[in-house]
Amino acid sequence: MRISSFQYALRDACRSLWRNKFMSLASVATVAISLVILGGAWLLVLNTQNLATAMESELEVNLYLKQDLTREQALGMKDQFAAIPGVDTTTYVPKEEGLKILEDRLGEDTNLLQALDGNNPLPDIYRLKSKDATLVPQIAAEAAQIAGVEKVRYGQGMVEKLLSLTDWLRTVGILVIIAIALAALFLIATTIRITVFARRREVSIMKLVGATNWYIRWPFFLEGMMIGLLGALIAVGFLQLLYSQLLKNVAMMVSFLPIISDAGSLLRLYEILLFSGTLLGAIGSAISLRKFLKV
Amino acid sequence: MIQLFNVSKTYLGGVRVIALKDINLHIKRGEFAFLVGPSGAGKSTLTRLMIREELPSAGQIMVDSRSLLRMKEREVPYFRRKIGFIFQDFRLLMERTVYENVAFAIEAIEMSKSEVRTRVPAVLDLVGLKDKLQSYPHQLSGGQQQRVCIARAIVNDPLLVIADEPTGNLDPDTSWEVMNILSAINKRGTTIVMATHDKEMVDRMKRRVIALDMGRIVRDEERGAY
Repeated sequence: MRISSFQYALRDACRSLWRNKFMSLASVATVAISLVILGGAWLLVLNTQNLATAMESELEVNLYLKQDLTREQALGMKDQFAAIPGVDTTTYVPKEEGLKILEDRLGEDTNLLQALDGNNPLPDIYRLKSKDATLVPQIAAEAAQIAGVEKVRYGQGMVEKLLSLTDWLRTVGILVIIAIALAALFLIATTIRITVFARRREVSIMKLVGATNWYIRWPFFLEGMMIGLLGALIAVGFLQLLYSQLLKNVAMMVSFLPIISDAGSLLRLYEILLFSGTLLGAIGSAISLRKFLKV
Repeated sequence: MIQLFNVSKTYLGGVRVIALKDINLHIKRGEFAFLVGPSGAGKSTLTRLMIREELPSAGQIMVDSRSLLRMKEREVPYFRRKIGFIFQDFRLLMERTVYENVAFAIEAIEMSKSEVRTRVPAVLDLVGLKDKLQSYPHQLSGGQQQRVCIARAIVNDPLLVIADEPTGNLDPDTSWEVMNILSAINKRGTTIVMATHDKEMVDRMKRRVIALDMGRIVRDEERGAY
């Protein structure tokens, strides 16, 4: 295709985009909405997964030892725990330290020590970190078998729940996106069909003077792709605005939440959105153009 | 230029309509031929077959030494670039200027911008519309509109011009203007086939006349009359 033919096509595409501005606008808006939802769902899934990984790495098994053990006995158990398959590190927290942590957590103005009257009711604790979050339940079960262990505690169910939430989000997200993408596709196809209809006289003359089918198709294709790209640009702009605002608020209010903010993964998402918007436009046009050139 | 061998065309619909029956015809390069006959005689079908808008039910058609039956679908656009069309109803694009209407036809066959810029004013000058470049079709008279249509048909220097009742909507004086332009184009070597009802014109032009009736050629005379 010649450069000048491309320019003619671009000119004609812009012209008919403008001539059917309301229909074009409706299609652009649908593309934008579907891509905002796609992008939003994507960010949500990405962040829950990120959160799940962060929580997994924090996950540990707490072993409460029996009160009647001597300090030597308690320290001697370390090797037994370290030998459990899957255990990464073991940390011994004597009851004095436990009390101090408790005191710090409760604040300065409590008279906990006074209330306890010098007695320390806390047990000695072992903290086990696992190499893999999925091994945590097994480690907990094995540790419970060891003599001298009173009680075993870990974040039962938390990680599983979080991961099943991401799965759920992903499926629902995909279904919603497919539904809206179909609507966008339908609208783009209708828009192109209307422009084809409006230009059928031109098309018939073009065919008579010997324009190739591709020369005739190009402006319509371009029109569809421009609708898609325009919708995608709006979606990206909207998401960027929304997400940066969200980031600011979350960072201020719940600073411990690990929110994804690196430019790389956002940029990748935006690239994907722009690409899918343009693709949506191209497919929408193709649907309309499939059968109208039969003369 | 155009050869038809035993060409028949039958339309299958609710009723079988025989539009053309056993047509044998040879139109030479540079010739000016009228197709005459009453409505429904088969003139339009014949022109549609010549430009491969339709294929014959039987027989063979050669245009510019190429068989239209053996031509592949994707070759049709390139074949049509050798032919110019003129219609009774002009078929101009109303929302475009005279210049754009003519330019459109050679943009569509992917001529470069610079070529478009030189050819369009030249051809509009040839048909006597050089001061109407920026007018819109509705601002022109019927004769002027038909001249735009002629300019669009010949801007690509076609070997063959096919005109379907080009003067059908015009008064006698204007018809003559159009006829004169077509004669001038023919003098430059372009073959012209013109379907018409205009008896007076055919009689005065003294060109080849091919008369059709009920889908058959009933008369074919060099320098004939209607």
